[in-house]
Amino acid sequence: MPQIDDAPEAPAAAGVDNAVSVRGVSKTYGEVEALKDLSLDFPRGQLTSLLGPSGCGKTTLLKIIAGLLEPNSGEIEVNGQPVTGPGPDRAFVFQDFALLPWASVVRNVAFGLELRGVAKPEREEVAQKYISDVGLGGFENAYPHELSGGMRQRVGLARALSVDAQVLLMDEPFSAVDEQTRRKFQEDLLSLVQNENKTFIFVTHSIEEAVYVSDQIAILLPRPSRVLEIIKPSGFRHKGADTIRRDTEYLDIVDRIWASLRSYVE
Amino acid sequence: MLKRSILLKLLSAAIVFGAWEIAGRIPVSYAFPTFLESMSALITLTLEGTIFTAYAETLKPLVVGVIISAVLGIGLGLWIGLSAKFDWLFSPIFIVMQSAPLAALIPLLVMAYGIGLTSKVFVVCIMAMPVIVLNTSGAVRNTPSVFKEMARSFLASERDIIFKVIIPAASPIIFSGLRLGISAGFIGAILSELKITPTGVGDIITYSRSIADYPSMYAAIFSIILLAVLFLNVLEKLENYLFEGNNRGYASD
Ligand SMILES: Nc1ncnc2c1ncn2[C@@H]1O[C@H](COP(=O)(O)OP(=O)(O)OP(=O)(O)O)[C@@H](O)[C@H]1O
Ligand SMILES: [Mg+2]
Repeated sequence: MPQIDDAPEAPAAAGVDNAVSVRGVSKTYGEVEALKDLSLDFPRGQLTSLLGPSGCGKTTLLKIIAGLLEPNSGEIEVNGQPVTGPGPDRAFVFQDFALLPWASVVRNVAFGLELRGVAKPEREEVAQKYISDVGLGGFENAYPHELSGGMRQRVGLARALSVDAQVLLMDEPFSAVDEQTRRKFQEDLLSLVQNENKTFIFVTHSIEEAVYVSDQIAILLPRPSRVLEIIKPSGFRHKGADTIRRDTEYLDIVDRIWASLRSYVE
Repeated sequence: MLKRSILLKLLSAAIVFGAWEIAGRIPVSYAFPTFLESMSALITLTLEGTIFTAYAETLKPLVVGVIISAVLGIGLGLWIGLSAKFDWLFSPIFIVMQSAPLAALIPLLVMAYGIGLTSKVFVVCIMAMPVIVLNTSGAVRNTPSVFKEMARSFLASERDIIFKVIIPAASPIIFSGLRLGISAGFIGAILSELKITPTGVGDIITYSRSIADYPSMYAAIFSIILLAVLFLNVLEKLENYLFEGNNRGYASD
């Protein structure tokens, strides 16, 4: 009996299968020290949230993992390979959407595939699927300035999903959508994590959201940022989507995170 | 909406022409004809065919100069905007060119290239190119870095970034540089005909002034303005066609 119980724990305990690992990364912008000696592992097939006060360097860490920024020291490995720049194994959802204003929704969503040289009919078919998935069917030919903030964010989400990368770097992907859509997206995200063997790195400001969607939560300290604590909610993951929010472990973890963060807010 | 903008354009034209007519009738100066006199002179010039032979002459340096300025100007502007070194090297030249008193340069050009087409093309280019180069390089340098970063994260090559991000992002300002440059090129073409050798439309202006045929003189000036306005409208259509999403519904008119 104990052996059966221990079995699922074994790989995590040995710490072998990390899709992404960050080792001793520091980053300064001129005088500003954004990250200092930060180390963190991202287990494959799981969703890890980065939770921390505004300006603590979450976007910076994500961009370093994406290969868009060079750290001053430390190293990043994705699938055991050191990161030297952007790669096809990672896709980014930008905090400020970064949609091309002169391109229609379809072209924006298909842009990643366009850059990979996928033929137009093929890439538009893929784009079409993800546009419907994020609930933007009918807006294929609209331009970004004709969309609301939440709709723009969903275009950015669809663009990242359409390149089918193993690691998804999501910088506050739900910050501009309304509460109903947000809850729906959180549920969609949970089933995405479950059904696809992708690794998600997810930045959020919302403690509840982090606890709701994450397999692992990394709480970051304010600048210069390091990992204060890693929390792994596990007890309620198998329960139904609607009962999680009433689960006692869920509520306990939310309280615990708030307790450790509140001293930095005051 | 479209109807209304056309109506507004007609209204503003009517106001300008009405004011012209009134000013001509007062008259503000014996050398200032009324709008109607000028129009009838324009019709006469058209029927005689004079205006066509004149434009056949004037358009040569204008078209050649504008094409050179647009192609070379946008090319140089991209180059300067993309590389910090060339910015140092070239930007000052175009800033000086833009502020140089052209009338003072014309004798030098004539000395170097004679009174033929070459000198006139030069005048058009000197007028048209600086603003095209400076607008293009400025726009390229100010491409929002989020777009470039996004493209890089989706594996864009340097070439992709230039053609799929930087140029489309810079296009509104490049086009506004083109509009300004081409208007300046029209001025340059006429100026070269007035200052170097009177040919084409410049000849009509010079000649009709010398015989005090002021309506014909104003007809010639009016025709060049009309041509410039028509051309700029065509350019705007082209811009809207090429970069539709950049037109946020408040495009100038
Ligand atoms: N390009 C830059 N140049 C200079 N300083 C920067 C730059 N980008 C970020 N910073 C600084 O680095 C720190 C971390 O920024 P970052 O964007 O990573 O924060 P964040 O955790 O994503 O914040 P938020 O939650 O508000 O998005 C901030 O204090 C910011 O001032
Ligand atoms: Mg951020």
